[in-house]
Amino acid sequence: MAAPSKRVEQLDRVVIRFAGDSGDGMQLTGDRFTSETAQLGNDISTLPNFPAEIRAPAGTLPGVSSFQVHFADYDILTPGDAPNVLVAMNPAALKANLSELPPGADIIVNTDEFTKRNLAKVGYPVSPLEDGSLDEFAVHPVALTSMTVGALADLGVGKKDAERAKNMFALGLLSWMYSRPFESTLRFLERKFVKRPDLVAANKAAFQAGWNYGETTEAFAVRYEVKPAKMPPGTYRNITGNQALSLGLVAAAVRSGLPLFLGAYPITPASDILHELSKHKRFGVTTMQAEDEIAAVGAALGAAYGGALGVTTTSGPGVALKSETISLAIALELPLVIVDVQRAGPSTGMPTKTEQADLNLALFGRHGEAPLAVIAPRSPSDCFHAAIEAARIALTYRTPVILLSDNYVANGSEPWLLPAVDELPDLTVTFAAEPNAPDGRFLPYLRDPETMARPWAVPGTPGLEHRIGGLEKADKTGDISYDPANHEFMVRTRAARIEAIPVPDVDVEDPSEAARVLVLGWGSTYGPIGAACRALRQRGLTIAQAHLRHLAPLPANLGEVLAGYDKVVVPEMNLGQLAAVIRARHLIDVVPFNQVSGLPFTAATLENMLEDVVKNG
Amino acid sequence: MADPVTVKLSSKDFKSDQEVRWCPGCGDYAILAAVQGFMPELGIPRENIVFVSGIGCSSRFPYYMNTYGMHSIHGRAPAIATGLSASRPDLSVWVVTGDGDALSIGGNHLIHALRRNVNLKILLFNNRIYGLTKGQYSPTSELGKITKSTPAGSADSPFNPLSLALGAEASFVARTIDSDRKHLQAVLRAAAAHEGSAFVEIYQNCNIFNDGAFDLVKDPSTRDEHLIRLEQDAPIVFGPDNRYSVVYPEGGFGLQVQEGGTPIVHDATVDDPAYAFALTRLSGSDLGTTPIGVFRSVQRPSYDEIVRKQVLDARAQATGTPGEMFTELLHAGDTWTIL
Repeated sequence: MAAPSKRVEQLDRVVIRFAGDSGDGMQLTGDRFTSETAQLGNDISTLPNFPAEIRAPAGTLPGVSSFQVHFADYDILTPGDAPNVLVAMNPAALKANLSELPPGADIIVNTDEFTKRNLAKVGYPVSPLEDGSLDEFAVHPVALTSMTVGALADLGVGKKDAERAKNMFALGLLSWMYSRPFESTLRFLERKFVKRPDLVAANKAAFQAGWNYGETTEAFAVRYEVKPAKMPPGTYRNITGNQALSLGLVAAAVRSGLPLFLGAYPITPASDILHELSKHKRFGVTTMQAEDEIAAVGAALGAAYGGALGVTTTSGPGVALKSETISLAIALELPLVIVDVQRAGPSTGMPTKTEQADLNLALFGRHGEAPLAVIAPRSPSDCFHAAIEAARIALTYRTPVILLSDNYVANGSEPWLLPAVDELPDLTVTFAAEPNAPDGRFLPYLRDPETMARPWAVPGTPGLEHRIGGLEKADKTGDISYDPANHEFMVRTRAARIEAIPVPDVDVEDPSEAARVLVLGWGSTYGPIGAACRALRQRGLTIAQAHLRHLAPLPANLGEVLAGYDKVVVPEMNLGQLAAVIRARHLIDVVPFNQVSGLPFTAATLENMLEDVVKNG
Repeated sequence: MADPVTVKLSSKDFKSDQEVRWCPGCGDYAILAAVQGFMPELGIPRENIVFVSGIGCSSRFPYYMNTYGMHSIHGRAPAIATGLSASRPDLSVWVVTGDGDALSIGGNHLIHALRRNVNLKILLFNNRIYGLTKGQYSPTSELGKITKSTPAGSADSPFNPLSLALGAEASFVARTIDSDRKHLQAVLRAAAAHEGSAFVEIYQNCNIFNDGAFDLVKDPSTRDEHLIRLEQDAPIVFGPDNRYSVVYPEGGFGLQVQEGGTPIVHDATVDDPAYAFALTRLSGSDLGTTPIGVFRSVQRPSYDEIVRKQVLDARAQATGTPGEMFTELLHAGDTWTIL
C-alpha cells in the first residue's frame, strides 16, 4: 500500500462511531479498528451498542448497531461522549446517531443505501444528503457498496459475499484516514475465513480498495495521526470486561490449584464468560451449560462442596432465580462466586443495555438474614483483578461472593498491561484433613479464630464424614438445632463474619487537597466520573473522587472519609441504591445523581452536574 | 461409580449419631435400615459416599447416614449432585428425594440429570402425598384425591414416575417397595452397579397422611393378584399359580395382561425404551397390575465421563506448568509492548 501523499494532521484524540444495520458487521469492524489502534500504542476505550434482536428488520432504526472507539495520545477513561466521526452505513444509522454529533463532525455515508425505500423506512421524505440538513457537518458521501462490488469484480465471489465485504472497505478507508497499521487485520481475515480462501481474498481486496480510495480520492484531503500514549512499560493487549473476568477466574484456579467448575445458563450479557471459559479446559476448567439458572448455581455449589472453585455467571434475572441456592451456600458456609453482569431491568428490560440496578439485589435479595460479600470492577481490565479478589474472599472466608459487573464494562474494552502470573495473589487453600475437637470428633462448624471460616472438609476425607444442610445448625457441631439462643448466635455470627472480612481502605483522589465536595461512585462509573473530575480540575475547580470496589463489607475508613467533606455526591446508573446504603449506615445526606437510560454516563453530564454542586453547594 | 476398595464395614458403621425423627411407623425407617444394611456390600469406604437430598420427609435421610451428606433445598438435589459428581468421579453419589421434591418443584432437574446420564443413584420415595407440609396431594396422587388443599378432589392427573423417567432417556429405571427388604436391596445392588443415572422409585407408606396407599400390592391377601415381579430373562407371569401372563397384544401397541397365553421374556437391556415404557403402563394409579424390579438397564456414556474426558484430553495436549500455560494464554492474540 502506497506511502501517504496527503497532508497529515496531528490529533491528540479521536472518537469514531461505526454504525450500520445489525447484519453489516459493525461490531467486527470496530473491533478490528480498535485492535489496529492498540497496536499503535494509543490509549483506547470502546463502547459497543447493539439491539437485543439478532437481525432486526433491515434498514430500520431498531436494527442499528454501533461501535464507538475513543483513542488518544494520553490516558483516557471513557469511550468518549460525542463522536468526531460517524460512519453511517445506511439512512437508519445516520438518523439514529445524528443527534449526538457535535457541529463540524465528519460523517462518512454509504450513499448506495440512501435509496428511496430505505429513506422512507426511517421517515426521511427527502434525502438528508440533498436537503441541506447536514450543512453543519463535514459529509463525505462514498458509494461503499458499489465500489466494494466493483473492486471484487475479478475475484469470482458472488454478489452477496461481495456486498458483505463493504465493512472491510469502510475499515480500509478509516485505517488510511487515521494511519493505522493493518497487518493484524489481514492476519485476522486469514484466521477468520480459514476454510474459505475466496472470502479471505475478497475481504483483503475490499480493505485494500478502501485504503486506496482514501489515498487517491479528492474527497479526503487530510490524513490524521494520533501518536502513541505514554503508558507504563510492559506488554499490553486490548481486552473486554467479559474476557478479563473469564481470565481472572482461570487465574484464580491456577493460583489456588483448584479445579474450576462453572455452572451457567445462557443469558445476555454474561454468556461470553461461559463461551470463554469453555475454551480453557486444560486448566482443569469444567463448564456446564445447565438446564436453568437454578441448576447452574446448584451444580456450582455441589462442585464447591466437593472442593472445586465453584462459579456461576448470569445477569439480574438469573440472580433472582439463584437466590434460594445462594442462601443455602450462606448457611453451608461454602465458597461460591456469583457473577452478575448487570443489564437494564426489571424483568427482561433491555438485555443489551447497561445499568447498576442490581446492587440492592446483591446486598439484600435473599430470604432471612443472608449476608455475603459484594464487589464490583471499575473498568474492563479491572474485571480480571476483581474476579481474583472475588475468588480470594470466597475461598478464604468460605462465603458466596457476588461480583457485580455490568454491560458497560463487560462489552467495553481497553488496553490491559498484562500481569506477571507469579505476582498474582496466592490463593492456596487448606482442606480439613483430620478431626478438630479435643475428643477426636470432627466439628464442621468450629471456626478459624482469624477468618471465622469453618473447615472445608471435602468428601473423600476419611474420618471427617459429616452432614450439612439448610436447617439451622448448632454452633460447632453443625447438628440440627431449633434452640432459640443458638439461632440468635448463628444469625449474628453469619453477619459478623462477613462484616469482619478485611477489605482495603477506600482511596481519595484530590490533587488540590482542598476539595469540599467528594464524588463517590462504585463499579463501572469510574471512567466517566474520573473524566469529569479531571475536566473540572483542568478548569481550576477542586473536587475529590473516591470509588468503591467493595460494597459488602464496606471499607472501614469510609465513614471517616465521607465525614471530611461538605457534600458527598453519589452518581449511579440506578435510582440511588448506594446512596440509600450510605445514608442508612453513615447518616450522611448524600446527593444522589441518577441515570437509568440504559446508557453509561457521559463525562459531560457528570461534569455539568458536579460543577453545579461545587459552585452552588 | 468409584472403584471398589476392599473395606469390611457393617450396617452399624453407616448409622450416624443423629436421632431419627420420622413418625413412628413411617416407611422411611424400613428404607433407611435396608440402605444401611446394603451399603457394606458396596465395599466403598464411607468417606467416598455422599447422600444429597432436597426437602421433604425423605430428604432428612442424609442426616442418618454416617457418610458425607447434604440436605439441600426443595427440588434441587439432582442439580447439586450433578456438580459434585461431575467434578468428583471418585465419589459414589446418591440422591434421596420424594414425589413432591423430584416430580413437582424439582421436575426440571430430575429430567435433565436423567437425560445427561449423570452418575447418580436417585432414590425416589413415593408416598403419593405431601407429608412434611401435612397432607396436600402430590403429583403422584390419584385424580380426585381429597386432601386438605383439595376438599373437592384433586383436578390434575398424576405422573407415572417411571414413564416420566423413560421419557427423559433414563438408562436405568426400577421400582421397589419399602417393606420388601430383600427386593429393595436387590434393586439397590443393581442400581449401584449401573454406570450413569439409576432411577429407583420406592413405594413408601406414609402412615399419617396416606396410610395404606400401596396395600393392594403389599397385603398378602391381595398382592399376588396385583404384583408383577420382573426378573431378567424370566417369563413375565404372576398371580396364583402364575395364571396371568404379560403378552404382546394382537393389535396395537404396548403390553397387556391376560390369563394364560405365551408370556414375554423380560429383558431390561432392550435398547428401545418403548418396551420398558410399555411395562410401566401396566399399572395406572389404581395399581391394578404393578411390576416391580428393574425395567430398563442399558449402557451409554455418563455425563461425568464425557466431561472429565474433555478436561483430561485438553490437559494431555497442553505442555508446561499451569502458570506457564496461563502466561501463554494472557499473551495470546494481538499484543504490543511499550518499552
